[in-house]
Parts: sequence; structure tokens; C-alpha cells
Amino acid sequence: MHYNWNWGIFWETSPDGIPYINTLLIGLEWTIATAAFGWIMAMVLGTIAGTVLTTGNKWAVRLATAYVELFRNIPLLVQMFLWYFVVPELLPEAAGNWLKSLPNASFVTAFLALGFFTSSRVAIQVATGINALPRGQRMAGAALGLTPTQTYRYVLLPMAFRIIIPSLTNEFAAIIKNSSVALTIGLVELTAATYSMREFTFQTFEALTGATIIYIIISIIALLVARFLEKVTAVPGYITTGSAGSGGH
Amino acid sequence: MFANFDFNVIERSWYYLFTTGLKFTLVLTFCAMAGGILIGTLLAMMRLSSNKAISLLATGYVNLIRSVPLVLVIFWFYFLVPYIGAWIIGASEPIQVGAFSSAMITFILFEAAYYCEIMRSGIQSIPRGQVFAGYAIGMNYWQMMGNIVLPQAFRNMTPILLTQTIVLFQDVSLVYVLGSVPEFVTSAAKIAQRDGRLVEMYLFVAVVYFVLSFLLSQLVKRFQKRIAIIR
Repeated sequence: MHYNWNWGIFWETSPDGIPYINTLLIGLEWTIATAAFGWIMAMVLGTIAGTVLTTGNKWAVRLATAYVELFRNIPLLVQMFLWYFVVPELLPEAAGNWLKSLPNASFVTAFLALGFFTSSRVAIQVATGINALPRGQRMAGAALGLTPTQTYRYVLLPMAFRIIIPSLTNEFAAIIKNSSVALTIGLVELTAATYSMREFTFQTFEALTGATIIYIIISIIALLVARFLEKVTAVPGYITTGSAGSGGH
Repeated sequence: MFANFDFNVIERSWYYLFTTGLKFTLVLTFCAMAGGILIGTLLAMMRLSSNKAISLLATGYVNLIRSVPLVLVIFWFYFLVPYIGAWIIGASEPIQVGAFSSAMITFILFEAAYYCEIMRSGIQSIPRGQVFAGYAIGMNYWQMMGNIVLPQAFRNMTPILLTQTIVLFQDVSLVYVLGSVPEFVTSAAKIAQRDGRLVEMYLFVAVVYFVLSFLLSQLVKRFQKRIAIIR
């Protein structure tokens, strides 16, 4: 078994003229940017879809269910391909060409795909959170003279969000990991940067270890933030679902 | 809008795609599910073990795998497995294993970490009194686990295990990054690029995945209702 370990490789200069460690850190920046933009999208769309799922309006519920099922049942990789290769062709020609000629087309498509994909999962969490609240809260809202919108805005959603914080932090950790799928459409995020470092240096295991350590540090930070958030926002008397949720990617 | 499209590419290739790519994906999913649940259950028992070292080992492994993206894990095992193989049989050169074996090992070991967490909560949901009762009637650890705890844990967790398997079925598409494993997306992408028909092909792939995942999740939902234990 010959493998020549060379941990100094991170400080050697890459073809870009910067040390390899900086190549990885630039990749990390793209990872974080993609995850952050995708997360904002996912929270906004997911909250809307999740809220609609709990309203009584039959057609609105069907529409929201269709939305959730559509984005949940297609693998993320295929969704990336759809946004990157297919959507520009389906749009009117001018819009399609504009989308293809964006300077960071793969970044934009990556966070769009991640945003829609994760929004379907957030929607389920939000709906679960709202449904977990006692029915009396909705009635109390009505009894106070609040409109349904106000009931959601002031009573149900704030409570639901506090209950589902553990599963939302899970989703947040998942979106950071899932952003690595964007390497298939040419976004040089952390995993792709690692792979290119490997291709130039053949120091496979150093490159992979570097990326693994960075991902572990991110997940430890996410875990600490999650614990802090859970503590600060805990609703007395409610049992939360626990951070170590099951399933997911 | 569809004027420029040529769906003949699908007509020409669907049979091939179903009998090679999709079949491969389903076989890999099934093997990874079986192996993953088996190893995941062992990991869950290790995590709950009273032996600190064993429990820490399993906890460390599960947390490591769960904090790294699947794509990175696929690369890890793809490059690492040849060296492990060489180490096991004492060869001086890395053993070339096919991309298929590498993908199989990856998915079994990756999904085991996720199945482990499901089985752990399943085992923990069994009242402690049953464990004590098992010991009290003279069972040893393995008899108690095999006859009392695990059967109930599996029953309670079957819907979640199956849901995780649907996630696994979608995850298998990520072996695309190796480029050399003939799973569904990779074979479709190859035909799409050869014929220059990306749009039609990727729409077709999306439809197939949607239909299969949707049907599977509906089946799980029905099944969940049927086996639900009334408490």
C-alpha cells in the first residue's frame, strides 16, 4: 500500500495562483451563499405552502399539496438539471437566453433548485407544527375577534415556529449538505473545489479530509446555534420533536 | 413552446433505460436498504450499549456520516475502498474494485447512519419494563433483543424506515457524480448528450422519478394506516 501523505499540500500554490486552502475556502463561500439564498427562498415559500395546507379551503389545500408533492418526489439532482437545462428552453426565447447568459447561471439555478426542493420539506414541517397546536388556539383567536389572517400571524405561526425549530435546524443542516449537488451543474462549491484540488495534486485523501473537517465544523456550529435557539424559544409545557430527527439526506 | 421538441429520443430509448438504468437503481436501492437496515440496527444497539467505548464508536461514526454531504461520502469510498481492499488481503497495490461495488458499499454504509437513528428511536420507544421483564425470566441480551425489543421496534418504525428508503431511492441518483455507474440518471444523461436532446430526456427522467416516488409514498401511507397501533 503506497500512499504518499503530504499535508503541506494545502499551502502549495494551485493553478489559480493561490494556496489550495484558499481554493477550498472560496468553495466554502459558494456553499454558504447557495445554502443561504436557498434557505431564504425555502422559508418564505415553505411557510406560505405550509400555512395553506392547514387552511380549510379545499382547492387551496389541493394546490399546496400538489406543490409539495411535485418538489418532494423528484430527486434534487434531477431538479438541478431541470432548472439548468430544461427551464431556459421552456421559457419565451428572450427570457431563456437571458437566464443562460447570466454570469453566475449555475449559482442562480442551484439556489433556485435548492430553494424549491427545501421549501416542500419546510412546508410539511410548518403544517405539522400548526396541526400540533390545540384546536382551542384557533377558536380563541376567532373569539377575540381576530380575522383568520390575524390568527395565523399573531397566534398560530409564532407558536408553530417555536415548536418546529429542531426540525427546521435539521433542514438547515441538510440544505448546506445538499448544496454539494450543485457541482453537477458546474458550481465550484466546497465539494467541487475539493475534487478539482484532487485532480491537480493527486493528494486525494488530504483533499477529502480537508473538506470533511470543514463540513464537520459547520455542522458543529449549526448544532450549537440550534441548541441555543431551542433554549431561548422553548414554549413551556411543549415537548419538542428533538434535534436528532430521522430521515432526510 | 414544444414545437422544437423531439420526443422520439424517449421512444427509442425508454426500454433500454428501464431495463438497465432503472433496474440498476432499484437493485442498488433494495440492497442498500437491506444492508443499511441490518448495519443500522447493529449501530443503534451499539449506540445504546452501556459500554462507553462501543457507544462512542457508533455515535462518532453516525455523527461523522450525517454531517458530510452524500456526494463527498461517495468520493470518499470510491477512492478509499481500493486501499481498504489492499489492506485486507495484504496487497501492495490498491485493489481496483468496480464503481458498482464502490457505490454499493457507499450506500449501505451511508444509509446505515440514517437507519441507525430511526432504529434507535424505535428501540428507545419500547418501555424499559419489557427489557427488565426479559432479563427477569432468564433471557440473555441477544434473546431479549431478538424476541422482545427488536420485533416491536421494527413494527413501530416500519413506515419511517420505508420513507427513508424512498429518500434513498432518490439519493441513488447521486452516483451520477462518478460517471461510470450505469444508474438511471447517468444512462439517461449519456443518451441525452449523444442525441443532443437534454430537455426531452430530463423531463422524462423527472416524470419517471415523480411517478415512482409518489406511488411508493402513497403505498407507505396506506401501510402506515393499516399497521397503526391504537394507543
